[in-house]
Amino acid sequence: MATTIRLQREAFDAAAEAARMTHGRGEVGAVVTFTGLCRGEENGEPIVALMLEHYPGMAEAEIARHVEEARARWPLLGVTVVHRFGRIVPGEAIVLVATASRHRHAAFAAAAFLMDYLKTRAPFWKQVETAAGEVWVEAKAADDAAAERWSAPPRREAAK
Amino acid sequence: MKLLYFAWVRERVGKAEEQIDPPAGVATIAELMAWLARRGEEYAYAFENPKVIRAAIDRGHVRADAPIRGAREIAFFPPMTGG
Repeated sequence: MATTIRLQREAFDAAAEAARMTHGRGEVGAVVTFTGLCRGEENGEPIVALMLEHYPGMAEAEIARHVEEARARWPLLGVTVVHRFGRIVPGEAIVLVATASRHRHAAFAAAAFLMDYLKTRAPFWKQVETAAGEVWVEAKAADDAAAERWSAPPRREAAK
Repeated sequence: MKLLYFAWVRERVGKAEEQIDPPAGVATIAELMAWLARRGEEYAYAFENPKVIRAAIDRGHVRADAPIRGAREIAFFPPMTGG
């Protein structure tokens, strides 16, 4: 399986990344790409930029662990994850997850799974820069809930 | 062992990393946070609410009750907001 995991300060080209993953591979029937963009507002307030801090070494390792888990869950033919750090202005891309498989279901599910885990388990922290100063973005309960849905359902107690 | 701090934990402590040698009685992540909080005002501020702080040992997520013995690198940080 073609796996690419990259952290970088520079912008990326999502279409080129997806094309590189599937180039010359006739067995691929489905590609899903998700691109996360920097919005121009946070909690209704306009922002100037996002600053993304990360834990070098652990961020790559944590993403790799979740790519391995995705591979174990779905029959994937390719996974590409590109995550930026540093200063990002509204309209620019922050993150790319691209998945390839023979059929669409695996590619859709694996891309959603990877994004949900990136949000809550990959060591990145966002700070927003506004006209009034800098503020750390707070983690959202909805993101935890989204990641939680991929956990195995709790085993039912045996009937008494 | 080496300690790393990220995001607002780093800002509150006032440094990104340091070498420390905690006493033998400090056995878990929770105990290490309590010990750090007694090192000064900036640490007390950073670790005033240890329940919200996450930790990693040697670049893997751990819970507050994880033993720190043998750890080379321990990181403290707020809940993650990537993606």
